[in-house]
Amino acid sequence: MTEIPNMVPVIPEIFVAVIGMALLMLGVFQKAADDATEVKTAHLVSRLGMISLVLTMMLVATVAGSTFNTFSGMFVSDPFAVYFKILILFASALTLAISHNYMENQGIARFEYTVLVIFATLGMMIMISASNLMSLYLGLEMQSLSLYVIATFNRDDERSTEAGLKYFVLGAVASGMLLYGSSLVYGFSGTTDFQMLGNMFDGDHAPDASLGLIVGIVFILAGLSFKVSAVPFHMWTPDVYEGAPTPVTAFFSVGPKIAAIALFIRVMVGPFGDLVQHWQQIIVLISVASMLLGAFAAINQTNIKRMMAYSSIGHVGYALIGLVVANEAGVRGIMIYMAVYLFMNIGAFACILTMRRAGRMVEKISDLSGLSKTHPMVAAALAIFMFSMAGIPPLAGFFSKLYIFFAAVESGFFALAIIGVLSSVVGAFYYLRIIKVVYFDPPDETLDTPIDRNLGYVIFGTALIVVLFFAFPGIIIDGASAAAAAMFTK
Amino acid sequence: MIIQGLTFYMFAFIAIAAGVMVVSAKNPVHSVLFLILAFFNSAGLFVLMGAEFLAMLLVVVYVGAVAVLFMFVVMMLDINFVELRQGFLKYLPVGAVAGLVLVVELIVVVGGWHLSPEALKTAASPIPENVTNTHALGAIIYTDYIFLFQAAGMVLLIAMIGAIVLTHRKRSGVKKQRIADQLARKPEDTLEIIDVESGRGI
Repeated sequence: MTEIPNMVPVIPEIFVAVIGMALLMLGVFQKAADDATEVKTAHLVSRLGMISLVLTMMLVATVAGSTFNTFSGMFVSDPFAVYFKILILFASALTLAISHNYMENQGIARFEYTVLVIFATLGMMIMISASNLMSLYLGLEMQSLSLYVIATFNRDDERSTEAGLKYFVLGAVASGMLLYGSSLVYGFSGTTDFQMLGNMFDGDHAPDASLGLIVGIVFILAGLSFKVSAVPFHMWTPDVYEGAPTPVTAFFSVGPKIAAIALFIRVMVGPFGDLVQHWQQIIVLISVASMLLGAFAAINQTNIKRMMAYSSIGHVGYALIGLVVANEAGVRGIMIYMAVYLFMNIGAFACILTMRRAGRMVEKISDLSGLSKTHPMVAAALAIFMFSMAGIPPLAGFFSKLYIFFAAVESGFFALAIIGVLSSVVGAFYYLRIIKVVYFDPPDETLDTPIDRNLGYVIFGTALIVVLFFAFPGIIIDGASAAAAAMFTK
Repeated sequence: MIIQGLTFYMFAFIAIAAGVMVVSAKNPVHSVLFLILAFFNSAGLFVLMGAEFLAMLLVVVYVGAVAVLFMFVVMMLDINFVELRQGFLKYLPVGAVAGLVLVVELIVVVGGWHLSPEALKTAASPIPENVTNTHALGAIIYTDYIFLFQAAGMVLLIAMIGAIVLTHRKRSGVKKQRIADQLARKPEDTLEIIDVESGRGI
């Protein structure tokens, strides 16, 4: 009969799944007699979840090495997947760390939150390792379903409920498009396996691609653009980011985005890499539109979470330049960009989470005034993150943009690089405005002190990474180079 | 051959007639019952095509779960269906045009349909001979596609957790049945015997 598939490359995923279910059992069987024990259980599960995510990171690093294909080509573990999985695990672990205190203060400290974050992580890991349209879809759905629920985790808050509903409906539309595209691709080629699809259009066969297949690719592209919230599929982003609980917003802006960008690279460069002339213009358009919208629409925002939403749309635009280039340098650029973006964003959201006044969260940009007096360290960290997002040297954000723009210039995409630089100048305006509010505006009311210890650690750690990136760039860049190289050697 | 043809027309005709009844029945409960009839007849059509596994799924999933769910919704929600049906005649011409366009498109699509030759060559799991399709599906779903099978299981687990998280929460103003309290009730707690003079009231 059939032989048992090679389980070794999937060990991290199996571990995450088992941990998720074990934590669920732990939470369910702890008797929630009153609110205090419920909060205690939530904290216990959250801590255990964080520890197991770190353990998973080690497992992922252990399994790393060459490329493994298993489960009859459904699942692939290569340096590319390992790199992105480690980023995802960082994102989830940091999210759990900054959620702790917030959830308790909002009265929504429930253990299911941790369980759902862990399952979302599992979905993202499957997405990143997908080498078949079917496993891609299942991973994506696993991630999305968990995210819909945690977006509306604060059920008694109208805005959180609205955010979840909006995200759900639009996410379902995106999944529908993706599925329709996949079915077209399957119908016109007879396979959903990435390797076989890639072989079909290898070298001279590229012009053979039928029109139906191209339409299918465009639909898959549209579905994925929804998930990375690239223009013109970005409409849900500001509302969902504003309404969802703040730590969840932090997670949305990094985890799913990094996973979807990884999927973008995996699908476009992998099976459809030889059809690059068919999809390149679309990505150019999406990328330029995202950069411009991200830069201009954020200027008018007064809510800091909305502003971060537009900023994240802009960042996706920059990252997609690397996909337009579609060579090793470009993919390496995206990978460095996403790593830096992860730490900047989580750090910035951790700073936003410190904005409390008399125990209540505030989220207007003007509420930040006087932060430099009451929380000098947080103010300094926020300034670092904002400078880095604006792309000011010698912070990490400058280098990540540099690699992307270099890749574009080397391949002759001058216009794209120029638009990128110009829109990042426009973007610098609203990042610098926050620094101005923090340091120079007279405070109306002071924010609460002291801040939560976990938040402090996260802010300190991420700020350190952003500042010291230029001194030790090798850790991220070497990993990205190796991973990008693996993507292009078949 | 002729019996097969007759069976096909019987199933097809009843399925379409039941479909018409679903939208035109006055009573929503009748609509759901006609829907179940339509499902059963479609399952019959699947059996005729030799896809008995799909037929089974249709009955188990759609009749067993979806139709019952519809029934719950119809009976629990207080929707005024007469009101919903108002303007039916007004929108009929537009609907008819849309339907006609759809029919023409369907004819064009089905008329020009042919299997792509590459698709046949590269099919991941060609249809095996001399096995029932339940057997054939079973042979690959737990071997080649075990990863997808397990992942789909996880997706369902998440859906279940999500549904419970979103609905099971503490709400103020909800009256719950406490059986212990009900059983512990004594007549003296709730009953009062009053001697009312005839013709005066309390």
